[in-house]
Amino acid sequence: MKKFLMASAATALMAGGAMADGHSVKLGVMLGFTGPIESLTPAMAAGAELAMSEVSESGKLLGGKKVMPVRADSTCVDSGAAAAAAERLVTSDGVKGIMGADCSGVTGAVLSNVALPNGVVMISPSATSPALSTAEDDGLFFRTAPSDERQGQVLAQVLQERGISEVAVTYTNNDYGKGLADSFSAAFVAAGGSITATTAHEDGKADYSAEVGALAAAGGDALVVAGYVDQGGPGVIRAALDTGAFDTFALPDGMIGAALEETFGDEIDGSIGTVPGSDAADASMVVEKVTAMGVDASGPYVGESYDAAALIMLAMQAAGSVEPGDYKAKVEMVANAPGEKIYPGELAKGLEILAAGGDIDYVGATAVELIGPGEAAGGYREIELKGGKIETVKFR
Amino acid sequence: MDFLNALVVLSNFVLIPAVAYGSQLALGALGVTLIYGILRFSNFAHGDTMAFGTMLVVLITYLFQSWGISLGPLPTALLALPFGILGCMLLVLFTDRAVYRFYRQQKAKPVVLVIVSMGVMFIMNGLVRFIIGPNDQRFADGERFIISVREFKQLTGLSEGLAIRTTQGITVVTAIIVVALLFWFLNRTRTGKSMRAYSDNEDLALLSGINPERVVLYTWLIVAALATVAGTLYGLDKTFKPFTYFQLLLPIFAAAIVGGLGNPLGAIAGGFVIAFSEVTITYAWKKVLKYLLPENLEPSSLMQLISTDYKFAVSFAILVIVLLFKPTGLFKGKSV
Repeated sequence: MKKFLMASAATALMAGGAMADGHSVKLGVMLGFTGPIESLTPAMAAGAELAMSEVSESGKLLGGKKVMPVRADSTCVDSGAAAAAAERLVTSDGVKGIMGADCSGVTGAVLSNVALPNGVVMISPSATSPALSTAEDDGLFFRTAPSDERQGQVLAQVLQERGISEVAVTYTNNDYGKGLADSFSAAFVAAGGSITATTAHEDGKADYSAEVGALAAAGGDALVVAGYVDQGGPGVIRAALDTGAFDTFALPDGMIGAALEETFGDEIDGSIGTVPGSDAADASMVVEKVTAMGVDASGPYVGESYDAAALIMLAMQAAGSVEPGDYKAKVEMVANAPGEKIYPGELAKGLEILAAGGDIDYVGATAVELIGPGEAAGGYREIELKGGKIETVKFR
Repeated sequence: MDFLNALVVLSNFVLIPAVAYGSQLALGALGVTLIYGILRFSNFAHGDTMAFGTMLVVLITYLFQSWGISLGPLPTALLALPFGILGCMLLVLFTDRAVYRFYRQQKAKPVVLVIVSMGVMFIMNGLVRFIIGPNDQRFADGERFIISVREFKQLTGLSEGLAIRTTQGITVVTAIIVVALLFWFLNRTRTGKSMRAYSDNEDLALLSGINPERVVLYTWLIVAALATVAGTLYGLDKTFKPFTYFQLLLPIFAAAIVGGLGNPLGAIAGGFVIAFSEVTITYAWKKVLKYLLPENLEPSSLMQLISTDYKFAVSFAILVIVLLFKPTGLFKGKSV
């Protein structure tokens, strides 16, 4: 078996080598361009591709290699389709690393079915399920987004500080929703709060009044909706508003997006939310450039996507090789202290230092700091809806 | 006061939604039951006929909105409805000409027609997705509420609120008008009577000089109108998404069969039976009981019989029970 794996890895590498000419390297950009977060992914992809074009233009990666993005659709929910798309990236396009995938379920599937057997590095900008912390990865899997274990704790803390001690929870029925609901509930109860009811909701239904009816019967000061902003989430909020069941909502990252402002305006004023983000770093440069490309960058994970792509390329430079087996060990080195701090837009400087044999501490757009099993330590932006707009309250 | 609060909670979460949903199901089931009574097969394409009609209404509504035409507090979709019905009529007449007429002339068995209607269902399904896409379309505009929770609380001083959405009101009113028109047509007009005669005894009707193609034509026209109205009301009240119309097929058939296939009165009763069972069985009764029971008996659990995920299972269960004990349905329709 081991020999077989070695052999297949070797063929994969050779096939890849044959396809990429000496002056360019291909990186996969694997996001759910269709599916429940399709409104968020164009900006994420643009963020990743921004980092790649920055490196290409600098001409400093391993003696002037160009980086070419190859997009693939993870669908966010269909593991089979995602694995097939990833297989195509690795075997047919010969990518040397994958920026992705996005949703937790498909990320786990791509990791175990494609990345692991083929020995390809994956850096996910947005897969946040706690289960991925313990997934077997041979040191190939990293994420620039923190685990939801942490987001659950932060959201619980935000609610507690606002004096909300009784909430009902509804989550979208998948890895992301369930993981987040579990970590939130555990943290909230540990902090002395009480959960009146926890129910799942299925995405893609026309009407959520029955689900909301059950939650309303349980009561609570606020409703935690761990869902997706392009799927069932807004339906749940709409039903809760219409029946007067809840008027304050606590919304984790999947629910924060421009669609929320468009759909509800000021109807959900006073609702709060958490999105990964940090004040130690400034994602505004990435956001501005992505907006200049004509893509709506108000959603989350744009900076994380830029950072994920940047980390792959910096690690390649540090290892002096584009082969995943060589550079996977360097990812944490370039991401963490010690070394010169590298901010967004300074990738050329980072490449130079690494080429000269120096060490860097990549801060990037989201203050990347990889801990434990290669995941971001996790800073969060606390947001509040005021006058129909999403406003940042503070960073945690 | 407690009793009133309990009643308000019950109305807000059970009675009003169930009445609106029941009206939508009843209109859908009427279409299914008419086809079954007169054309003698179960039309599986009915859900997607609803989706097609609604899609036309949605598109025409968007057009009207872009022209700045509106109905004030009422949704613009009501204005677009007649056009949607016309378009849907054209589609069903076309499918009848292109598909069903062939099998009718062959005197095909009902089961063959059922399978044929499934084929039609998939084609309509694809057509709708092809034209408008698989995503949600929100086309409701105008005033959202007849009475909102906040207004109700201020008005009555009760601690529980009650909301009646405009779309729920429109659904019930429209359903009553449509059903009244339909029964007037079936019972009072010559064409309606010939339709009933054809349904009761085909051979006798043919002998007495009724033109079967004419009866079939009128049936399809009525069914197209019913389907478009039902679909539009459902879409206004909830949202328009092609896939949910396909899923609606199950409760609609359950309603038609429970009431007795081929019996219009039964379809209406069946619609409400299914709607009320789905909503009441999956409702969490905690809040209602909290008001009704003395304090020490207050329930600590949610008092929910089964989770809302099993909503469709309720329609299935009722269907099976009725078929086991009363195969002709509550109102003596034809046996399945």
